[in-house]
Amino acid sequence: MSYNNKAENRKWYWKGLKDGVPIAMGYFAVAFTLGITAKNIGMTPLQSGLTSALMHASAGQFAAMNVIAANAGYVEMIITTIIVNLRYLLMSCSLSQKAGSEMGLGHRMLVSYFVTDEIFGISSSVEGKLNPYYNYGAASIASPGWVIGSFLGAAFGTILPASVANAMNVALYGMFIAIVIPPAKKDKVIAIVVVCSMVSSYLFGLIPVVRDISSGFKIMILTIIIAAIAAWKCPVNEGGEVA
Amino acid sequence: MTGNIYLYLIVAALTLYAVRALPMTLIRKDIKSPFIRSFLYYVPYVTLSVMTFPAILEATGNTISAWAGFATALLVAYIDGNLFRVAIFACVMVYIVELFF
Repeated sequence: MSYNNKAENRKWYWKGLKDGVPIAMGYFAVAFTLGITAKNIGMTPLQSGLTSALMHASAGQFAAMNVIAANAGYVEMIITTIIVNLRYLLMSCSLSQKAGSEMGLGHRMLVSYFVTDEIFGISSSVEGKLNPYYNYGAASIASPGWVIGSFLGAAFGTILPASVANAMNVALYGMFIAIVIPPAKKDKVIAIVVVCSMVSSYLFGLIPVVRDISSGFKIMILTIIIAAIAAWKCPVNEGGEVA
Repeated sequence: MTGNIYLYLIVAALTLYAVRALPMTLIRKDIKSPFIRSFLYYVPYVTLSVMTFPAILEATGNTISAWAGFATALLVAYIDGNLFRVAIFACVMVYIVELFF
C-alpha cells in the first residue's frame, strides 16, 4: 500500500495547503525578524533565505547564527543544533506512530524534512492515520512563507511596520491553541494535560537557574515529564481514547 | 564571521535533519507498549501547550494586546476550532488593541 488513490492524495494535499495558510502568515512575520538577525551577523539576503530553506527552525536558526557569528567550531555547531532541536526527536517519534506502518521510507524521509512545531501540530491533529500529502500541502505554502520572509527581512529590515509584525506573530500561537482546545473540549484528560502544561511552563520560567535553560530544552523536559505522567495515570487504548 | 558560512549551514542542516528523520524512518512499525503509545499520544498536546504559554505573552508589542490575543484565540478555538479563523481573529484582536494601548 503506498497511497495509490490519487483523488484521496489530492484531497489531503489541498487540506494541507489550506491549513498551511495561517502557518505561512505567522512564518512570514517570524522569519522576517530572523532575517534581520541574519543581516546583523553579516549574512546576505540569499544566505538568510538559504538558511531558512535548509533548516525550517526558528530557535534552531537563531542558535546556528550565534555559532556562526561567534566563529565557533563545527563540533559546537553539531552539539548546539542537537540540544536546541531535540524536541523534534520526540515529535518525530510521535509522528512515526501517526504515520502508521503503510507509510514507506521515501515518504517518511520527505515528511521528516518538514517536521516543524507547526506542521507537526496540524498533522498530529488530523483524523485517523496521516497521509503524507497533507504534510506536502502544508509545507508547499508554509515553507515559502518562511524562506521568503527571512530573505526579505535581511534585504529590507524594517519595512514591515511593528504593529503588523506584532499582530502576525500571534498567528502561530493562535494555531497551537486551535489544535489543543477542540480535543480538550471533548476529553477531560487532555484538558487537564493542557492546563498543567501551560502552568508548568509558566512556573518553569520563575525558578532561578532552571529558567536559564534554553527554550528548546525546556519544551523537551516538560514534554517528557508531563506526557509520561499522563500516560502512566491515564493510558489510552488502540483508538486513542482514554481507557 | 570568517569561517565558511556554507559549511556551517550544511553541518547544521544535516544534524537537524538527522534529529528529525531518525525516529520517523527507524520506527516503522506500530509500537505495542501501551505506556509508550499513550506517552506519544499525549506528546503533541503537552508540547504545543508548553510552547504557547507563557511565550505568547511576549509575542506582541505589549502584555495587554498579548493577553487579548490569547483570550481571543482560546474563545474562538472553543467555539469554532478552525485553525485559520482562530489565527486571524487573534491577529486582528492584537492589531486593534495595539491601536489603543
